[in-house]
Amino acid sequence: MELWPLILLTLAAAVRAGTPILFAALGELMAERSGVLNLGVEGMMLVGALVGFMTTQKTGEPWLGLLAAGLAGTMVSLIHAFLTITLRANQVVSGLALTIFGTGVSGFLGKPYIGVPAEGFPPTRVSVFGDLPLVGTIFFQHDPMVYLTYPLIPLFWFLLYRTRPGLNVRAVGESPESADAMGVGVALTRYLCVLAGGLLAGLGGAYLSLAYTHMWIENMTAGRGWIALAIVIFGTWDPVRVALGAYLFGGVQALQLRLQALGVGLPTYLLMMTPYVFTVLVLVVATRETVRRRIGAPAALGIPYARGE
Amino acid sequence: MTLSLSLEKRLEPTPWVPLLPALSVALALPAGGVVLAIAGTNPWEAYKEMALGAFGSLYGLSETVVKAIPLLLAGLGVALAFRMLFWNIGAEGQLHLGALGATWVALNAPDLPAPLLQPLMILAAFFAGAAWGLIPATLKVYAGLNEIITTLMMNYIAILWMDFLVYGPWKDPHGFGFPFTAPFPPAARLLKLPGSRIHLGLALGLAAAGLLAVLLWRTRVGYEIRIIGLNPRAARYAGMNIPKVTLLVLALSGGLAGLAGLSEVAGIQGRLKHGLSPGYGYTAIIVAWLARLNPWAVVGVSVLLGGLLVGGDMLQIAMGLPVTMTYILQGLILFFVLGMEVLSGYRLILRRRGSSRAKT
Repeated sequence: MELWPLILLTLAAAVRAGTPILFAALGELMAERSGVLNLGVEGMMLVGALVGFMTTQKTGEPWLGLLAAGLAGTMVSLIHAFLTITLRANQVVSGLALTIFGTGVSGFLGKPYIGVPAEGFPPTRVSVFGDLPLVGTIFFQHDPMVYLTYPLIPLFWFLLYRTRPGLNVRAVGESPESADAMGVGVALTRYLCVLAGGLLAGLGGAYLSLAYTHMWIENMTAGRGWIALAIVIFGTWDPVRVALGAYLFGGVQALQLRLQALGVGLPTYLLMMTPYVFTVLVLVVATRETVRRRIGAPAALGIPYARGE
Repeated sequence: MTLSLSLEKRLEPTPWVPLLPALSVALALPAGGVVLAIAGTNPWEAYKEMALGAFGSLYGLSETVVKAIPLLLAGLGVALAFRMLFWNIGAEGQLHLGALGATWVALNAPDLPAPLLQPLMILAAFFAGAAWGLIPATLKVYAGLNEIITTLMMNYIAILWMDFLVYGPWKDPHGFGFPFTAPFPPAARLLKLPGSRIHLGLALGLAAAGLLAVLLWRTRVGYEIRIIGLNPRAARYAGMNIPKVTLLVLALSGGLAGLAGLSEVAGIQGRLKHGLSPGYGYTAIIVAWLARLNPWAVVGVSVLLGGLLVGGDMLQIAMGLPVTMTYILQGLILFFVLGMEVLSGYRLILRRRGSSRAKT
């Protein structure tokens, strides 16, 4: 194959591979901006992937499956919200419990769906845009779920930096005491943000079972939830940078798969390691950057809030 | 009318704190029963099968102890790291590295006598696990990296590395292509309790629990670990060398998980093979938290969770249910223990706005 089309195809594959992580990372960004760390992304994605698949398989309607996946992710995140916001439990342990629980539930209820086919989202070329050279191939010859993410990125940016609710979210995450004194409902804001995180993680999971592949495989997220958590740090809690991080990661994933398919001399298992090694390396660079520019995590991240304590 | 839930500090913590692990298991079972019922299984039957399988016979009990051994070793490691608020989620990877280290020695020095070979394997497993734990510790101490992500990424890397070896360079040439190494020489197999699969790893685990208790409550470093965990800022003002303590703790934590890997390959499997651990390293996190990070309590809780794993296997054998049921229960147990920990120190108050309080 010629080199140029190969590069184009790999870049297009990078967008697809980055999309589930983009969904999940944008959701986690909201939760963390409000001060709640949710390590349950992997579990919420798995539940979303399964519920989305089950619903689509039963009804033949991928959009209904997507809706169900979002709802399922939201429901799972509600457990975390209740434990960490209302009961002020340890966020790290609660999030881990969520991942273990989600892995279990999806594995258990998903057993009968292994190897069952379902329609899912077909590739849909966008008219006009899809015909553009370069940009068309890379961005506009995918499935509807990929197109769903494009407006999300500026929307989240606008919401966070240019609206009153966004300001409230940031205030609650930086200084819940001041936000509380200003009359912002700390608990309510955090609940909404954690639930939004669950919704988006559910959608990200559904992307894997309804668009990226059209099947359900146990543990099909393969660490993408954790990588989304890393991408939020890499993206310094900024939607645009998080999106870049997700696509960058998608690029590594796509390249790795491409190299496997081409059968270069490297053993498969070592190639499969690259996304995880890359995530650690990217964190090293990103952390140095955040330290140097003094932009860090939301100040109240991980700390439960109680009035007057 | 608006209702709101809030917490109010209890004057004295409730007396049922020591019962929390057992209580949370008792509450997790009915909650998990809902999932079983959704899947069309009679929860009562399923739980009876699990309990009888794990605790109902001498054989079942011995298998429970067998599963408790890696949980004990890795759980001790996790508990130690969590004590100083280093969130080591990497026990699974450190366990795999320990297994690699032990296997490397067993396959390369097959002619050594057991009294020489086994200590070497133990050392290799400990140091390999320790090295794997030191990488995220170093990255945290010197580059400020979030250890939750790095320890987790390193789990995936470790498992893929092991798969690379057992599918590639270390594959048994006489193994008909199966992903495992050649069997270990008899000298590399840990001593077993006659009539069971309980092996020397249990003694290692109990000794480690004792040593850890001494370390935590009888030494200066242990004191520092506890203070750093309670109040990192105070520890820094007191002039404690947090980087040094972090590196030491993670070497120990990873090393203990490494011993769990050794106990699996040299005590149970007798070779290194694909699918070495059913997530012992993750269950170890639950063990550590349920034990409230106390080394002696880790011993008891690892038997409890070992029983849960054996029960899960029984569900699969007797009723054809996926083993993933045990993850559901593990998650639920952790949810309940987290919730009840809070409620043992606080009262949950349901407020109706503008009216007097109603207790729930």
